Amino acid sequence: MTTILETRNLEMKFGAVYAARDVNISIASGEVLGVIGSNGAGKTTFVNMVTGYLTPTSGEIIYRGKNIIGKATRDITQLGICRSFQIPQLFPELSVIENMLIALTISKQDKPVLFKRAIDSALVDEARALLARFDIGQYADQEIQTLPQGVRKLVDIAMATVAEPDLLFLDEPTSGVSADEKMDFMRTLIAALKTTETAVLFIEHDMEIVEAFSPRCVAFYEGTILADGPTAEVLENEKVREFVIGSEMHRTARPETQEVEATPC
Amino acid sequence: MTKHLDRTELGLLIALPFLILVAFILPKWIVNYVHVSMGTGLVALGVMIQMRAGLVSFGQGLYFCVGGYAAGLMAKFLGVTDFFVLLASGIVAALILSSLLGFLLRRYREIFYAMLTLAVSMILFGLLSSTEELGSTDGFNLPTPSYLGWHPEGETSRLTLYTLTCCVAIGCAIVLNRFLKGPTGYVNEAIRENELRVEYLGTSARQAVHITYVLAATVSAIGGVLWALPLGHVDPEMTNWTTSGQFVFVSILSGTGNIVAPMIGTFILEIVRVYAVEISPNTWQMILGTMMLLTIIFLPKGLWSLFGGKKKSGKSAGADAPTAGE
Amino acid sequence: MLTATAIAVDGLGFAAWLFLSSVGLTLIYGVMKILNIAHGGFYALGAYSSAWAIGVYTTTGSTVALTFLLIPLAALIAGAVAGLIVERGVLKFMYGRDEVLMVLVTYAIFLILEDVTKLIWGTQSYVAWQPAFYFGTVEIFDIPYTVYKFITIGTALVVGVSLLLVLNRTRVGKLLLVVIEDREISGALGINVNLFFTVTFVSGAILGALGGAITAPEISVSPGIGAEIVVLSFAVIVIGGMGSIGGAMIGALIVGFARAASVHLYPPAELFSIYLVMAAVLAVKPYGLFALAESRKI
Repeated sequence: MTTILETRNLEMKFGAVYAARDVNISIASGEVLGVIGSNGAGKTTFVNMVTGYLTPTSGEIIYRGKNIIGKATRDITQLGICRSFQIPQLFPELSVIENMLIALTISKQDKPVLFKRAIDSALVDEARALLARFDIGQYADQEIQTLPQGVRKLVDIAMATVAEPDLLFLDEPTSGVSADEKMDFMRTLIAALKTTETAVLFIEHDMEIVEAFSPRCVAFYEGTILADGPTAEVLENEKVREFVIGSEMHRTARPETQEVEATPC
Repeated sequence: MTKHLDRTELGLLIALPFLILVAFILPKWIVNYVHVSMGTGLVALGVMIQMRAGLVSFGQGLYFCVGGYAAGLMAKFLGVTDFFVLLASGIVAALILSSLLGFLLRRYREIFYAMLTLAVSMILFGLLSSTEELGSTDGFNLPTPSYLGWHPEGETSRLTLYTLTCCVAIGCAIVLNRFLKGPTGYVNEAIRENELRVEYLGTSARQAVHITYVLAATVSAIGGVLWALPLGHVDPEMTNWTTSGQFVFVSILSGTGNIVAPMIGTFILEIVRVYAVEISPNTWQMILGTMMLLTIIFLPKGLWSLFGGKKKSGKSAGADAPTAGE
Repeated sequence: MLTATAIAVDGLGFAAWLFLSSVGLTLIYGVMKILNIAHGGFYALGAYSSAWAIGVYTTTGSTVALTFLLIPLAALIAGAVAGLIVERGVLKFMYGRDEVLMVLVTYAIFLILEDVTKLIWGTQSYVAWQPAFYFGTVEIFDIPYTVYKFITIGTALVVGVSLLLVLNRTRVGKLLLVVIEDREISGALGINVNLFFTVTFVSGAILGALGGAITAPEISVSPGIGAEIVVLSFAVIVIGGMGSIGGAMIGALIVGFARAASVHLYPPAELFSIYLVMAAVLAVKPYGLFALAESRKI
């Protein structure tokens, strides 16, 4: 397996606070990687930096041998790095199929095209196939804003795959999905994603899911990487147990409404 | 596949001969209203295509005025009377100005976009109002146009200008319809709904806004030329924000569902205005304001949603798609 | 020297007028996130009622001194009545809607208010110069200035300082800051958000009317003044940063001096200069000098 992404000494400061410090991660093509860490540990900040939403204070992000720091989000998408969001970022007043059609249209135009008809039957077929892959075909004609969170999450992830990424970040894919549905949800998801050769990094709070779906795991704590390695080892790591899993225990006891991250991270 | 016309485009093409025929059948005063409404209708279209991206321009009068004045200046200082040259000068002026201003405006959204478009249009208003060479607030007159060396007079001139106006207006509407259903048109819908996602899908939202702004400006300038020629007059009032407000009014009233709606809306408004101003000159704006409030509250997608049958523009686009290609 | 003094005094005069005319707009935006185009309507109502009241009063031949009570009284009544009707009658039902939609709603209200003004006072001009010359003039470097101009400047200062004091030093002001920060949470804390909105909107309307009322003696009050002030006050609050009272002060000073400078140095550029300044400010600070930073979405 070849490395497709490597970060070197990535650092992000907000004022005097480090949201990321000495973050060194390498991801191989096609691998599945789970990221754990309590709220504010710097997981989303890491994704934001790699996808160009935030520019790191210092460090390097090497994608396929090239430093991509300073590139705009859209350019990074075009290079093949995509993401989903903790709070789904969709087109709320449009239906699921329209969301997909628009996403496909946009991702297919690498420079502005003005007067060519955008949507044809082939594109509709493509959108329907994509929905079928994520098992949300039955919602095709419903407006996003009327759908339950779990379906929105899947639409959000499906949308992140329209550009056929080589590297996909999933930001808490199971947040907002009820506890007893999480396993099935992830199964659907991983099955859909494994039809491609995409490397997947997902942020997750549920250790069982991390254990079940990712062979490798990275633990974040206060902007730094606490542990990185085979999932079983990382979850057994003492520091991880103390700082990450311990706090997660408290966390899972809290109601779901606490999920929305207010801190800039 | 792209060569095929959709229903709206086909409808517009079929409507063209009838629209021209109107000039020979209906009384002259109605024809005159149809004529000038095509000019202002194009400006309303310019407002409407920006609205698709969620952007409300309270300064579209700027390009209405730029078009009219560009044609007027060509005639006044260079003695040009040719319709096509006058039209082209309006287009070129708008293209240059909007391409430059677009770099500033594409950074703004929502109320800032509304305010800054308004402010920019008022700069021109201020400039023109204090330029005595151009007649200050009174503006100046335009000559009767000629056509590639042909100088028709009287009734022939009026009918020629009318026919050409119909052709240009319908042509613009078809082009804009294409634009709305093209990739950048869909980027606009996405920008209205969620700009962050647009960037994450790999496209520049600002670039799409810039393109839309330039296109809207060009169409509005064409509207300005087409409006100024039959009236034979331009004045700074064209770029006053209250004029722009009326274009916004038409777009709100007719909705963004279909390209034809603002054209028809403009004509109806023109006719209502004639009667309202005659019957009760001091309540005309009150009628406008009330209609606008009622539309916003009860018909948020505009009057067009009453006969469209389909609730949304996007929905109809998605549903039409498979048949459109066949 | 002469020109410099003229620019300074006129600039201050313009700035005072602009601040009074736009502070209500920025207050309403700051609290309610409504860019209120109808503000121009309140301004016009204030100007008309003040000019009309002064006119009616002076025909009785009584002392002009009392007109100085009439001006704020006219503004208070016009602003409060119109503000209440607009807020309770229309805006109340639209809270929480898109900001752009609210612009369109207030534009519709502006159109209606324009005609209400015409229906009440007709389309002729009103001139109510008496208060402006009651205190006579003072000469600075041989240029006469009406004392009234300095009264306007003083009023603007008093209004600005008291607004800042109310917002920052009183309990009500602090509660208002909470409402601005988070409507839902302040509602949950037991703060009557709707009452705050009503009071804010009516206060904004009264301030707009005051701007018109205090200017009335210096101008010819005629249709169209509302549309004009909308544009100028937009420029002021955009430069300062929307929703900031201090920003409106700075914005008014900048616009006021820019306008005074061009009036004395190159009159044709009068309107142009204002927007030139605005464009320059926005090129450096895209959301104005004192704009609050946007929070991140993801």
